[in-house]
Amino acid sequence: MAGANPEHGAGGDDPSRRDFIHIAAVAAAAGAAATVAWPLVDQMNPAGDTLALASVEFDLTKVELGQSVTIKWRGKPLFIRHRTGAEIAAAIKDDKADMRDPQTDEERHKPGKAEWLVLIGTCTHLGCVPTFGGGDYAGWFCPCHGSHYDTSGRIRKGPAPKNLAVPEYAFLSDTLVKVG
Amino acid sequence: MSGHSNYVPKTGIERWLDARMPIVRLAYDSVVDFPTPKNLNYWYTFGGILALCLGIQLATGIVLAMHYVPHVDHAFASIERIMRDVNYGWLVRYMHANGASMFFIAVYAHMFRGLYYGSYKAPRELLWILGCVIYLLMMATAFMGYVLPWGQMSFHGAVVITNLFGALPVVGESITTWLWGGFAVDNPTLNRFFSLHYLLPFMIAGVVVLHIWALHVVGNNNPTGVEVKSKADTVPFHPYYTVKDGFAIAVFLLMFAAFVFFNPNALGDPVNYVPANPLVTPAHIVPEWYFLPFYAILRAVPDKLMGVLMMFGAIAVLFVLPWLDRSRVKSLRYRPTTRMYFFIFVVACLVLGYCGGKLPDEHVIPGLSTFTLFDADLNSMVWLSRFAAAYYFAYFLVILPWMGLTETPLPQPESISEPVLSHSAATPAGAAASPEKRG
Amino acid sequence: MLRKGLAIAVLGLALAGGPALAAGSQKEPRTVAWSFNGPFGKFDRAQLQRGYKVYREVCSACHAMSLMSFRNLGQKGGPFFDPKYPNPNDNPYVKTIAKDYEVSDIDGETGDVVKRPATAADRFPSPFPNEAAARASNGGALPPDFSTLSKSREGGPDYIYSLLTGYVTPPAGLQVPTGQHYNPYMPGDVSAYWKGKGHAPVGGMIAMAAPLAPEKVTFDDGTKSTVDQQARDVSAFLAWASEPKMEERKAFGVGAMVYLLILAGLLYVSYRRIWRNVAH
Repeated sequence: MAGANPEHGAGGDDPSRRDFIHIAAVAAAAGAAATVAWPLVDQMNPAGDTLALASVEFDLTKVELGQSVTIKWRGKPLFIRHRTGAEIAAAIKDDKADMRDPQTDEERHKPGKAEWLVLIGTCTHLGCVPTFGGGDYAGWFCPCHGSHYDTSGRIRKGPAPKNLAVPEYAFLSDTLVKVG
Repeated sequence: MSGHSNYVPKTGIERWLDARMPIVRLAYDSVVDFPTPKNLNYWYTFGGILALCLGIQLATGIVLAMHYVPHVDHAFASIERIMRDVNYGWLVRYMHANGASMFFIAVYAHMFRGLYYGSYKAPRELLWILGCVIYLLMMATAFMGYVLPWGQMSFHGAVVITNLFGALPVVGESITTWLWGGFAVDNPTLNRFFSLHYLLPFMIAGVVVLHIWALHVVGNNNPTGVEVKSKADTVPFHPYYTVKDGFAIAVFLLMFAAFVFFNPNALGDPVNYVPANPLVTPAHIVPEWYFLPFYAILRAVPDKLMGVLMMFGAIAVLFVLPWLDRSRVKSLRYRPTTRMYFFIFVVACLVLGYCGGKLPDEHVIPGLSTFTLFDADLNSMVWLSRFAAAYYFAYFLVILPWMGLTETPLPQPESISEPVLSHSAATPAGAAASPEKRG
Repeated sequence: MLRKGLAIAVLGLALAGGPALAAGSQKEPRTVAWSFNGPFGKFDRAQLQRGYKVYREVCSACHAMSLMSFRNLGQKGGPFFDPKYPNPNDNPYVKTIAKDYEVSDIDGETGDVVKRPATAADRFPSPFPNEAAARASNGGALPPDFSTLSKSREGGPDYIYSLLTGYVTPPAGLQVPTGQHYNPYMPGDVSAYWKGKGHAPVGGMIAMAAPLAPEKVTFDDGTKSTVDQQARDVSAFLAWASEPKMEERKAFGVGAMVYLLILAGLLYVSYRRIWRNVAH
């Protein structure tokens, strides 16, 4: 016969070494494929120029007392709210109330800057943009699925699980904030 | 696909699936149990390498399309953004650009192998023609892909190639205007090239499926050119050829990686890193290396229409090759005279490639002016490419038909196993040089 | 026989693509032993910093670099990379450089075009607002953009270095038109200006006069500021600007090659064992 008895021919001696070599070769090939796969996945993450534009400076003098301004930051709306004394008082009064995501008003603004609230303007439920001044708590109201936020941006009623998020920001001066 | 199936479903899921859509059976029969001649040498690994090349081009191409902007004002900058800012963008783009060259290296090796061992002959004519269709689609895809970076060579290459169609009588001008979507290569052209560049690879993949189907109906040819006679002539594809193809792929990837990581622009023209300028043509317009032989044929003919026809004829002749070579012996191992002509043919192809990269008036032997024959010095690239082009066509249209009628071939083995077993001194050169052969 | 013939053929074709096409009448660029040559080559950080200074103080008066942002200077592999600031936007040195430039912006309130100091995210400002303005200021010639210059020229940094140091007195018999300068490394054809005997000299006409001079740039690290040094450093800087990911690429490549060698070795042993009892 042709010397080829493929089913058994390759069996031969020393099966453990043979198995090890084959397993190692297959494993190494799988490792190579995985190494190539990572760049193909990672390329979808934000690119260098996208990350470079990720901070924004804002002049607070543009916001009247009792008003809120919406600016675009990292492709999303950012609420900058100039709160009145009454709104601040209403928020502090509710600090002890039963909340889904308990936080005091103090934790939601920079120390000594209670009148300035800087929040990411996307509902924590499914990402809609809540409307200013609406809802049962006069903070924000999300029209998509009826989430009510208070004047501190805390979730009080409706399906949203979390308070409106506070981005990383800093006061560069009394009238200038840098977000991101 | 080769008729009888040895697949036995083992698990319940496999049995369930096998009764409804026998996809596991199909995979088993075509890549595990498929009986393959046991004497295939490394030239037969390029099929697997080509499948990998297509996969790499598809994967990296889909990624690049996520970042590329097909607009004349943004295309160049978007490619550079991929190279500079996108995570691993440099890797993906260099893999894609060099991958095209690797694809062509592999396809040329695959085609020359087919020519040498007579793999185009009955019953494999359709297999060969499907391969030629893939090659044509590859050329179209590569050309349109090269236009996308919108560099100087992209733009002026597109101008030259689309103008080829203007050579056609009567309809030429309408066709070029239609191709451009305007009165010159411009934004509409770039947009449609991008769309087609994304479409054609999937058409290639479709024809590849047909190519493999056709292969599995008739089975592999092999270096002896003698058809498989019995089970003793074959081994199952897996693990015998999966491991052999795997090893060849690893070696091929070493070469690929050497280009991608250490010399990524060696195969490209530097001028393509200058943004396209429709008002200035680069001093020296050349296509990528894989088109150079055809470019040389185009320039060898002084008439525009004839040049275009000859260039397309050089590819068209491949489609009718199975009916030009009438010899009943497949492998050139047993056709010593034709084998000699084949090697001259390979040299002619290389010479054409060399001439395609040079200016037509350039001297072949530097500094030597001989005499002017018709329109050019005899010692010029244009005359060298004319001789080589003449041989290219003569090989297919004269030498192969003539040899089929007159050549007396060497005795062929009775079966694939026979020369393998006897280790006879008559083993031809091609086999003796095989490194995989056990001494 | 087939194997050898075709292997050489394919390799020959592959190699013919590059240098074989470099037909021209200019002088071959001088070869420089760059620190970034070879598979393990890296950019010399100090050289890139000097090169940036040459670009900034000499070249940038006419040559734009529109694909480069200030943050690129501080990214990994860049001239001012500082491991303390992995995010180049925070790199204080880069911020300082950017602040020295003014860029146009739109005032969000009024919609007016205003000037503001550049940030790390901004592109290098271009010296001319558009191509027509650039040509008008340079006697009709367009100073090429430097973003991809090094990889868009045959010879790359060698060519740039040779051109910058290659200005010579034109040979007698060469009538150099006003606003043009003869350079033997410039691709072109000067036979139209050749009134001497025999073949016209190699090289071409370039609109740019020799831009560098000794001590034209003061290097902060005390390196002697010769024309040769300035040309070397700015060529290296341009090579980096063309391929800012080169170091990352080569490092990845060394790993990939080693891995593939091991993979090929394992597959070869596996292949030999599987085929050991099959005569073929």
